This record gives sequence, structure tokens and C-alpha cells, in this order.
Amino acid sequence: MEDFLYFFTFQDASIAFVVIGITLLGIGSAYVGTYSFLDKKALLGDAISHAVLPGICLGFILAGEKNPIYIVTGAFASGALATFLISWLRSKTKLSEDAIIASILSIFFGFGIVLLTVIQKSGNPEMAGLNQFIFGNAIAILEEDLYIYGGLALVIIIILTLFQKEFSLLVFNPDFGKAIGYPMESIRLIFNVLMILAVVIGIQAIGVVLMAALLITPGAAARFWTDRLGILLILAGAFSAVSGILGTYVSFVLPQMPTGPWVVVCLSLLALISFLFAPKKGVLSRFIARNAYLKKTHQDHLMKTLYKSMEEGRKFLTIDEIYQAFPHQSGKSINSIHRLIRKGLITKNLQVIILTDSGKSEAKRIVRLHRLWELYLNEYMNIAPDHVHDSAEKLEHLLTPELETLLEKRLNFPKLDPHQENIPRDHDDL
Amino acid sequence: MTFDQNAFLIIFTATLIAISCGLLGVFMMLRKMSMTGDAISHAVLPGIVIGFFISGSQRGLEVIIGAGILGILATLIIDWLRKRARVQLDASIGITFTLLFAIGIILINLLAYKVDLDQECVLYGEIAYLPIDLWISNSGINFGPRIMWLAVLNLGLVLTFILLLYKELTITSFDESFSLVIGLPAGAINLALMSMVSYTTVSSFEAVGAILVVALLVVPPATAFLWTKKLVPLIQLTCILGLVISVVGYYLAYLMDSSIAGMIVAVSGVIFLGSAFIKSLQPKLKLGTSGV
Repeated sequence: MEDFLYFFTFQDASIAFVVIGITLLGIGSAYVGTYSFLDKKALLGDAISHAVLPGICLGFILAGEKNPIYIVTGAFASGALATFLISWLRSKTKLSEDAIIASILSIFFGFGIVLLTVIQKSGNPEMAGLNQFIFGNAIAILEEDLYIYGGLALVIIIILTLFQKEFSLLVFNPDFGKAIGYPMESIRLIFNVLMILAVVIGIQAIGVVLMAALLITPGAAARFWTDRLGILLILAGAFSAVSGILGTYVSFVLPQMPTGPWVVVCLSLLALISFLFAPKKGVLSRFIARNAYLKKTHQDHLMKTLYKSMEEGRKFLTIDEIYQAFPHQSGKSINSIHRLIRKGLITKNLQVIILTDSGKSEAKRIVRLHRLWELYLNEYMNIAPDHVHDSAEKLEHLLTPELETLLEKRLNFPKLDPHQENIPRDHDDL
Repeated sequence: MTFDQNAFLIIFTATLIAISCGLLGVFMMLRKMSMTGDAISHAVLPGIVIGFFISGSQRGLEVIIGAGILGILATLIIDWLRKRARVQLDASIGITFTLLFAIGIILINLLAYKVDLDQECVLYGEIAYLPIDLWISNSGINFGPRIMWLAVLNLGLVLTFILLLYKELTITSFDESFSLVIGLPAGAINLALMSMVSYTTVSSFEAVGAILVVALLVVPPATAFLWTKKLVPLIQLTCILGLVISVVGYYLAYLMDSSIAGMIVAVSGVIFLGSAFIKSLQPKLKLGTSGV
């Protein structure tokens, strides 16, 4: 608890610096990552983050120490080379995109490992710091490093915010962008540069292997909550900032813990919560919506059965007859009957089920929609009368009152459907 | 160069691993699942650590079982994210493998005092120690390096798997719908392939490391694909490439005093990029000679 207070009250200036740094770079990479997620190129970030390793090692060899400028430049150069090679291979060979990305990723990583072991064998005492680039250690970020990393992150955030229109064109419809005169090639180039930059500055805190998560996961999680780009970016940034701070806290309390894995676990947890519980798109709410829809269709079908028996001149159906109408679904039928009684659409007297007045009008509406749709398909789509039933069976639950009036007008208030059955209206008698 | 027994053992083992990975990799590539292979090789890490923790040694059967379970779990999570949660494929791969890999690293750090397994070994392995790590039976007979026998066993299993299911693998790779229509269980065959990939990852991770397994899975088949589009030559070329990169990689690593596994991948990368470059020139050459 003491640790907690000490950490979150920022008494220690260096902690405040680290938190600011990780927040900035979290937001920066979440911004870039969200765009590349929407562009369906999420794994490109994974390739770039593995590909910067040889550059980091080369920068280290040239500088002889952990100089942030050499390392950032080296990392940027090898990230750029990897991006260029990926797009070159894509245009020149018939290899599939994922094979190209996986090849470039592992080849660059292999080169990185070779250089890393060469440095290890050279016995440079500064070497110890280099392993942090593989798994990340945010606590080890020094103040002077922070100005460079934080500054670059700010640049990324500012550019992406200023040119939001151009980048969303790139992601959603580059051909349209080209047609109205935007230089899409240059915009893509700038975007790739920003992406490599985001990876380069994130490596120190998160590590080569897990950097992909910081690019992919926030966008994917935020996508479940909203359809608007602005909100999406803010949410993704918030997710990644929160996870960044939590991860830093863990590696502050337990110094042997690398930061990267904890950031990723926090992020994935947020993502999992989004996937499961987000309204509308979450697994849970889609499950609930589907269940409610299935129940409604079953109730509709039950009412239709009652109505059709009335057309044949019977005033009621027994429960057993309803069970027979829906074989192997007696449990469902009981539930539907209870729900319809509660809504006041049917009444149950001993074993006899009768439609109430409002039930009759509701049942008429469903049957009317069914038959109107059948007639529409038959007259306007030229579909044979024996083929229209299945489609109508689905659409009868979905057609809105507005569509109903449209259909009525278009078909000129018809009396009979293609099967020569009556299309019931509210004032009709049975 | 004189005959060096250790060098022979290392090259022999590396070749075996490269060929088993390449054979599986051909089918992964044809199914456009190279990145799934990448994901699996990251995702088996927690399984390895847990198996290691339970059995107390790298040799336990628990390690292989743990990694196998995690590999299949990763495939299932990717599938679940894609079909149930409707996350796009590339993102579901990225989320799954980073999460599982992160959990693996955390477990290594939590159990650091109980488990003799370091992050670096898991990442890039050390095939150079192979001749020291011998398999000695209870009665004291020396059978030679343990990892080599693992590699032999692995190649044997991969070969049996592919020979037995060659027709099924081919059909499901090229036309999944057709295979379903003629009654092949495409899903089960897919899971079986993924299990083989997880098993191969585990049995090779000590030698070449989890991430470099990916390179061996992806790069030789991709290189071979640049030269031929027929399945049998594709497989043959992949195997030859496995042999070549192992030999050249070993001696270059020996010269530069660097990681052998890393060098093998670097060599395969040079061959891959070189092939792509030559192939990109060829159409121009053809135009030049057949010109007007």
C-alpha cells in the first residue's frame, strides 16, 4: 500500500517522468496502431517491431554504448528497410502477404540475434542494458532518454491529429482519396514512417517481441465500443495509457519483473472485457439479443398457428395441439405461451388457448406482413409462388410499420396473396 | 577442413530440425497460415514453463504435453476471437500470441528461483551446447546428444504424419470447401497440423529457440515457392534448402563466433531475398531476349 501511494502520488520525480513517458508512447502507438488495425495491416506492426532489433544492435556497436540517438536512428533504419522489403516483395512476388510478413520478421530477428551474440562475446560492459530491448523495462528509462522518446511520441500524436482527414482517407478509401487529388503515395509513406517511429520509441519500455500488442490490442478493443473514429482513437489511447501505467507500477514494485509482459496482460484483459461485455458488439450482448430475437420469432409463429386455426373456423387450440404444431420444442412452446399470456395477447383456460382481441390484431399483423411480402416477391421479383414462403417466414419478424405502408401502397392494398389466401386487415372479421 | 564430430552432430541436428519445420511450413504457407505458425511458436511458452515447473526438468513429458495443449489452445482462441467475437483475423492472431507470450515471460520471472530456464534460451536457443548434453541410459551407455535424438524422433513423426495424410493435407490446403463436400474432416486435419507444429516447436525450442523456429517454418518454403509452384518439387526444394542453410549457417557462425541458430536464419534470409531479387529481374530478361 505504501508502494502504491508512493508511486501514484509521484513524490519521486523520476517516477513522474516514467509515467509521463509511458503514457505518451502508449497513446502514440495506440493511435498509429488503430489506423493500421482499420487498414487490416495489424501484423505489419509485429514485423516492424521484430525488425528493429538488428538496427538497435548496429547502433550500439557504432556508438559503443547505449546512446539513445544512435539506437533510435539504427532502429528506424532497419524498421524502414523491413517495411520497404515487405512492400517490394508484395509487388514483385506471388507470395501471400502473411508469408512475406512472417519471413521478413524472422529473417530480421535472426540477423538481430547474430549481432546480439557478437556484442555479447565482445564483452562490452554496457551490454547488460541491451537485453532490455527484448522484453522492455520502463523503469530503466532515464530522463535524457525520455525527452527523445516522449518528444517523438508527441510528434506522432500531433501529426496524426492534425492530418486525421488524410489518414482516414488512406485507411478507408485510398482510391477515392487519389481521385479527389490527394497524394496518397506520400500519405502512405508518412504513415509508415510514423508507424516505425512508434515502434522504435516503444521498444525500450515494452520490448521487441511484445510491441505488437501495444499497436494491435488497443484499437481492436476500442473498436467494440464505438463506430466513430474520433472516439475510437481516444478510447484506444486511454486503454493503452492505463495499461502502461499499471505495467510500470508492477515493475516498480517487483524490480525483477520486466514491464512489457504486464502492460500486455493489462491490455489483453481490457480487450477481453470489451469483447465480452461491450454493448451491441460484445459477445454477451449479441448472445442476449439473439436469444430475445429467437424467443420473439417463436412467439410470432405460435400466434400465427392460432390465427390460421381461426381461419379454418376453430375458435381455440388445445395445448397438445400447439405442442404438435412445434414438434420437439414443448419447453420453448410453454415459455412462449407464458410470455404471451403476460403480454395479454392470449388467454389460457384449462387446456384451451384463445387469442385475445389485441392478440388477434397482433396475429393479423404478422400474417399480413408474411403474405404481403410473399405477394411482393411474386409480383416484383418474379419469384414463383412456391418459392416465396421461406423468405417471408424470416421477413415477417423484421418488417417495420413504415415498410408495411410502403408495401401496401406499392401493391395497391391487395386482398389475396399468391397462394390465394386472404390478407387480413384490422377491421376484417374472422 | 578436418572432420569434426561436434560440427557434424550440430549440422546434422540443425538439418533435421530445418527439414521437419520446412515440411510442415509448406502446408502452413499453402493455407496462408504462416502467421498462425508464428503465433503458435510464441504461444507455447507458458505451456513449456508450466510443464517445466511440474516435471522439474526440460526432459519431462509434461513439457511436451503442456506446450501441445497451449499450441492447440492458441489456435482455438484465434478461432474463437475471429468467429464468435468477430475480431478481424490479423488482430486476433496478434492479440492471442502477445498475451500468451507475456504470460509465459511473467511465469518465468515468477518461478525464476524454481525453474532453470531463462528468457534468452527460450527465445534463441543454444544449439552449440548440444554435444555436451548427452543422453546416458541408466546402465551407463552413451547414446549421443539428447537433442539430436529428439530431432530424429520429431522428423520421424512429421514424416509419418505427412505421408499418412498427404492426400488429405493437399486437398484441404487447396480447396477446403471441396474437401468438406467429399467428407474430409477439414477442421480436424487443421487441428492435427497445428498440433504437429506445436510439438515441433517444443522439441526444437531448446536448440533453435521459439522465434527462430518461425523462421525455419516460413522462410525455406517461401524461398522454394519463388522457384516452383508444384507441390512435390516445392517439398524437395524446401528440404534441400534446410540442409544448405544448416551447413552454411554453422560455418559462418563458427567464423564470426555468433549464435548458430541466428546465423542459420540469417543465411536463409539472404537466400530468400536473393531469390526474390533474381526472380524480379527475370521477366525483364525474358522481355529483352524475345523482343521485337
